[in-house]
Amino acid sequence: MSCLQTIGDYGLRSLGIGERLLPRSDFTLCQHFTLIGSGMIWNIYFGVLALLAGFFLATALAMGKNATNPWVRKPAEWFIFVFRGSPLFIQFFLAYFLFLSLKQQIPALSPLTSAALGALIVLFLNTAAYSGEIFYGALRSVPRGDLEAADAYGLSGWNKFRRVVWPTMLRLAWPAYTNEAIFLFHATTLVFFSGFPAWQQRGDALYYANYFADKTFNPFIPYPIVAFYFILLTLTVIGVFGAINRRLNRHLPQDQRARMRMRPLLR
Amino acid sequence: MACYLTTGKQMLFYWSFGTVLLLLAITAPVALIFGFGGAVAARSHILPLRWFGKGYTAMVRGVPDIAFFLFFVIALDQGLEWIRHKVKCPDWDQPIRQGSDFIVCAQAKLPLGNSPQIWHEIYNFSLAIFTFGIVFGAFAANVIYGAMRAVPRPQLETAEAYGMSHRQTFWRILVPQMWVYALPGLSNLWMILIKATPLLFLLGVEDIVYWARELGGTANPRFTDYPHGDWRLWYFLALLVFYLGMTRISEIYLGKLTARLTRGQATMGGEAMRRAGA
Repeated sequence: MSCLQTIGDYGLRSLGIGERLLPRSDFTLCQHFTLIGSGMIWNIYFGVLALLAGFFLATALAMGKNATNPWVRKPAEWFIFVFRGSPLFIQFFLAYFLFLSLKQQIPALSPLTSAALGALIVLFLNTAAYSGEIFYGALRSVPRGDLEAADAYGLSGWNKFRRVVWPTMLRLAWPAYTNEAIFLFHATTLVFFSGFPAWQQRGDALYYANYFADKTFNPFIPYPIVAFYFILLTLTVIGVFGAINRRLNRHLPQDQRARMRMRPLLR
Repeated sequence: MACYLTTGKQMLFYWSFGTVLLLLAITAPVALIFGFGGAVAARSHILPLRWFGKGYTAMVRGVPDIAFFLFFVIALDQGLEWIRHKVKCPDWDQPIRQGSDFIVCAQAKLPLGNSPQIWHEIYNFSLAIFTFGIVFGAFAANVIYGAMRAVPRPQLETAEAYGMSHRQTFWRILVPQMWVYALPGLSNLWMILIKATPLLFLLGVEDIVYWARELGGTANPRFTDYPHGDWRLWYFLALLVFYLGMTRISEIYLGKLTARLTRGQATMGGEAMRRAGA
């Protein structure tokens, strides 16, 4: 069996397209690469969607935590504390069992128990809380001079926020936010190891790597392949976020631009 | 209800909280030692050692930590058995990897096939601790390496001017001063470590997640072992509260520790404290 045929059979296996049975014996390197690569589709799906949606909620949370009104501030603070203070692993389990019991009450909510939707919601709320805290920190360190300049130009309310506060906040938060994005992609590997079932063996990259390691009892091939894919993904994220960072900082002199720095941020 | 929550199996659940705390208490110093070693290796003048140190600190940047957890537990187990196999059965002529099997001679098994259950559990737990130590050591190495570079250069130059050797400068000047720079990163790491403990479940240790699933669930919808329906939601809610409490307590104590270490240091925090006191 040629490698191209394997790719045809298993390239989209994680979405349920192609060969239904996973290989059971005589595993080739090509099968390892194809299936694990196919699983990466899920990691990218979870990561990208959760980041995009989480970005907006995070901005709202940062504004909420910075508000003077306690009715707005307290819920934002609690939300951030609960999601940052507990393990993502437990959040997945809790959400899954919550969705299970919801499903028994209201059958229409059954899609929530699938990983594709339920886990995405958990990841979305989780990344919103982490990014919200980052944005809040950045919001607090917007230079006073910038705000005074905005006042002097007669900007106020929404205009001031959109033209001065928000871009500056993003610019200050961006290196930390890049970090958050990298570790969010890493966190997506937890999905199929928590309560959420991999329906018809449609799992993510680590799920398939674990499948191979269980079958062959040889961890030295599948896990380095996962590592290879994730290093590629991390480099892509750094590239994309670096380009955005350059755009956010384009008006500043070279030596004042924010530098990217890695800081571990697991959940 | 009160009677049910004190049955034998429930007690195992409560004991597993002890397992988690024990893991934290052992892993934290192990990871710190690994991290220190990694950072020192990354600063070494010997090229292969420096490569090793840099590689170790870089490994956690791009790859998810749970991939390492899953990998190291099997890899360490097989590595240990392989070494024992080489030592104990030198005249074994069959290959170790036969298809999908990993076969070593009976004397090389870890733990030995006839040893009691408790040794299997201790062995699993030690593997888990070692794995946690390696992965979190890499994170700690990142932090400590950064902290060593953050110590002001003039401090080291002064030491050299006093005629201290390289080793003396390192142990008497650099190491004592680096902790205050490492503390924010290390406290962040401690929080991460707390939140990583449920992953013990994936490493085959019977920890709180295992028991919460076990006790909350109904083995069979009709003939259940436990006098209740699906309580997993409530068990996991209890775990969530436990972790939130741990986080809050850590935050308070780390805040106090930071304040203690910042006192009298030539940093912004130290300066602020001096002003507030004066």
